[in-house]
This record gives sequence, structure tokens and C-alpha cells, in this order.
Amino acid sequence: MIVGLVEHDGGVTSELSLQMLTLGWRLAERLGVPLTALVVGAEARPAVDGLAAHGVSAVHVAVDDRLDEYAPGAWAACIVDLMGRERPGAVLAPGSDRGNEVMAHVGARTGLPMAANCTEVEPGDLGHPYLLTRVRWGGSLLEEARLHGDVKLLTAAPHAVKAEEAPAAGGFSVEEFSPALQDKDFRVKVARREERAAGKVSLSEARVVVGGGRGVGSPEGFRPLEELAELLGGVVGCSRVVTSLGWRPHTDQVGQTGVRIAPDLYVACGISGAIQHMVGAKGAKKILVVNTDPQAPILAHADYAIIGDVQEVVPALVSAIKQAKVR
Amino acid sequence: MDVLVCVKRVPITGGRITLTPDEQDIDTRYLGFTVSPHEECAVEEAVRLVEAHGGSTTALTLGPKAAEDQLRDALALGADRAVLLETDSAEWDAGATAAAIAQVVRDHGDAGIAYDLLLFGNESADAGGYQVGVRVAHALDLPCVTGVKHLEILNGTAAARREGPGGFEIFEVALPAVITVKEGINLPRYPSIPGRLRAKKAPVERHRPERPAPGLEKVRLRLPQARDKQAEMLGDGAAGAERAVEVFRQIGVMPP
Repeated sequence: MIVGLVEHDGGVTSELSLQMLTLGWRLAERLGVPLTALVVGAEARPAVDGLAAHGVSAVHVAVDDRLDEYAPGAWAACIVDLMGRERPGAVLAPGSDRGNEVMAHVGARTGLPMAANCTEVEPGDLGHPYLLTRVRWGGSLLEEARLHGDVKLLTAAPHAVKAEEAPAAGGFSVEEFSPALQDKDFRVKVARREERAAGKVSLSEARVVVGGGRGVGSPEGFRPLEELAELLGGVVGCSRVVTSLGWRPHTDQVGQTGVRIAPDLYVACGISGAIQHMVGAKGAKKILVVNTDPQAPILAHADYAIIGDVQEVVPALVSAIKQAKVR
Repeated sequence: MDVLVCVKRVPITGGRITLTPDEQDIDTRYLGFTVSPHEECAVEEAVRLVEAHGGSTTALTLGPKAAEDQLRDALALGADRAVLLETDSAEWDAGATAAAIAQVVRDHGDAGIAYDLLLFGNESADAGGYQVGVRVAHALDLPCVTGVKHLEILNGTAAARREGPGGFEIFEVALPAVITVKEGINLPRYPSIPGRLRAKKAPVERHRPERPAPGLEKVRLRLPQARDKQAEMLGDGAAGAERAVEVFRQIGVMPP
């Protein structure tokens, strides 16, 4: 049996969980075993029935009054409890912040190795390692690795596998269970939440992002970029060097350790194109590069390019758009 | 307040990764090295906490002899002590790394240094295993909060804030505790000249732990399929603006 930890937001199954289940049912199919899902907390119930369409033949719902808020240790204890009773060959989770965190706890509790952010999984014979591919450097590099352990613990890299539906093998059942949880499992639990400030378009969801790097020259140099972003209904982003220099806040940073963007257009101004930046911009549909250096590595990622200084080109883009609007 | 902060030596990769012929590593012949970004912020956070609350910062790394450079970087930023768990060139997986770190913490405890806080990066820039901090916490029976972007210590309690679904989640845990941080929690300072000089001369505590058999065993590295594009040149300087506007229209981002 393969178990998949399914995350949900207000009873709606997360996209990354569906991607993980796709990796899961393909793996289960190859091994000729059923795929079951684990959801934590009674409020997950609305998400449960939809899982039948994603190759899941049974859902285990962990129920306990103390599971009202996210507690990584308790979620891991639910998985370990289920592992003891159902003896799965592998446990999968989405490669989200929570998924990676919970599976790290499962690995620590059981002493088993855990492979984060896998893109492909080649199952071995019983008792043999899996051969898998996982992402490194935020996706700029792939690692092929052997995963050992009696139970294989792994998470699915976000957006590596497209979520696909599959009929469940032989029926569909839902079972509630009360995992063995101790008070200590709850010593790390969400104490309170703060809502994100509403209104402004977020960098990760913006349709247009105008990004600036060292080539912008100074904090004031971002003014024309802000104007361009506003005209196109977008927002300003930046590279890591810009936040390190203190020119922009870290919340504007695009990249491996910042925000991952997926706009229709990314205008990259004065950015050389370090791999850590480009993995953050991988979701951009079109990239327009503005750079003085026609040999800059970012040109390999560009759909369109203007060779020139940011402080000359961006104001020219601003006035060209304004003129086009007047006409 | 005594803080242990764990860092990892990683190459500065730039615009393109090249692998060694045996596909086991990144070719670093022409590259410099640095501390993984999240951990750079962990060092800064440790130093700030000690500046505010008193105590000491100990920087630790597990890596080759050359990783001493990254310990000296941490010392230059204000760390007081440095510990090197020296390895040969073989890669250590997360389980082995965590076990070696936990053993040092236990040994230091026996020697009278009890850490109030263990800081890690949320994940290393290169291997990205997302688990060393959690495993160390379990080995030492400490609470662990991961992915933290704001940290406050008050009366022996850590209030740790991180991004969560739709906003922020705040955790409160009693010290001693393990916290893994993300870049953005602070803006690391530049090392001062006196800091650099002090770092040069500071002693480094050294150990040579045995590498256990890996549970996650690297077979080889490979590069994702390159999708090098041939960019359409729109012109030089301001002259490129007019065609850019046509492009904006084509892809539907021009304002009405």
C-alpha cells in the first residue's frame, strides 16, 4: 500500500496534493498495490469524497479534538500511527512547506531517510531501494538517488507532475481513526494567525512583473520601473543582490529564496540571470530582457531583448506606452 | 543566551551550472564559495539576539576542511566560537548530518555549554533536504519551528512567525528550542574590518565524525533539459521601445 498525505485549505484539496496523488497512483499501479490517503482533522471531511477521482481507494481521517490547528509533530504522529497499523511500502506528501516539514518529522521519529521534492520515482523490489529523481538548487539541478529504508518517505516536487485523474482501484471507502497522540506532539502548534494585508496585487500572482537588478543602479533608479509596472497593471520585483544592498525589501525578491512568479510578462531590467533568480522566474510566459550586456546569461531565457541601459530604455518604454494610449 | 547556529558551505553558481565529468558534483574549479542564503540570515539573527540578550554565538559547520572559510565568515559577523565537523569529500545525507550535530550539542552540554537556541536555515541552497533542523530537534527532544521569518525572544519563550496559508502563522515555544529560518528574517550586515581580523585569528574546535551509510544515496547529478531561447532583438537603447509596445499588445498586457 502507498499512503499520500493530503493537504486542504478550508476543505478544498490543494493543487500540490493532487500532483502528489498522481505520482502516488502511478507508483501504486506499478507495484500493484492500492493508494490510500490520509487527511488530518475533522474539518478535512469536505475534501475527502473528491479523492476517489484521483486514484485513491481509501481515505483515513485522523480525528482528535486537539487537531483543530496545524501542529507538525501531531501530523507526523498521525502518519506514524497509520504506518504502524497499515504497513505501507511508501508514504508521500506534497513538497509544500507543510508537506516537507511533516515528512521531516516522520523521518526523525522513525529514523527513516526522507527524500524531499521528487520528480520521478522508480520503485524497487520489496526490501530494495527506490531509484528517484529529485530537485536541487530550487530546480536548477536534478539528482538521481537511491532511497533506502523499510518504508520509503518522500515528497513530490511542486509542479513537476501534472495532476491527472485516475479511477480508484476497487471501490472507495472513508474511515475515521483516533491516532495515538501525546500532549508533547502539540508543543509546536499554531498559536494565532495574521491575515495578509489585502488590496495590493501580490508578486506571485501579478500578470506583469517588472524586475530590477544591480543594473538599475540605485534605489531611486527603481522609479521608472515602478512607473512601467503601474502602466502595465503589474508590480515591481528584484534580484537578490538588490535586497542585499538594501535597495528593496526582501518581499520584492524573485528567486530560489524569494518569491516564485508566474506572470504573462516578466520585464527583467539590469539582471544578469543567476540560476537562483531564474528558477524563481521559470513560471513567466514571456520574458523581455533589458540589459547593457548582450552576453549576459539571462539572454538564454529571454523571448525579447533590448540592449541598452535601464535608465535610458525603461523611461522610453514608459513614454512609448503613454503615447500609444493617447493615439 | 547561548546560541548555536549551523551553516553550510555552498558554491556561488552564477548563471550556469557545469558538472564534473563523473557527474557527482558541480564543477567548482572557477567558482567561489559562500554560506547558504537562509543560514547567512541565521548567523545574523544569532548575533542580533546575543547583542540584545547577552550570551554567546557558536557557529558550526559539517563539511570539508575548506568550510573553515565559512566559519570565519560567521566569526567576522560576530560569532564568538566556531566548530568544524570535518568530512572527506563524500556527501553526508540529512540523517547523518543531524546525528553528528546532535552529538556535538550533547558533548557541549556535558562540558557545561547548554544552548538556549539552535538556529538553522530552512533548507540548504544545494541539497535542499528540508530536514536537518527537525532531525536535530528530535534527537535532542527539543521543539522545532521551521521556515521562520520573524523571531522574538521574551522571558524564555520564542514567538516565531512564518508565512502560512493566506497570511502568517505564529508559534510560541519554550526555550531551549530549534528554529529554522528563511532569508528575509533580517538583512545580514557586512563584516567589519576588526571583525575580519578577529575571525582570522580565532581558534576553531575540530572533530572528525564517522560517516554512516547513507539512507538517501546520491547516484548522479544531471542538468534539466536546457531550453535556450533565441531572443528576438527589439532594438538598441530607447529605439527598442516602439517594437516593445507592439509586443505588449500582442501578448495582451497593454492597458486599454
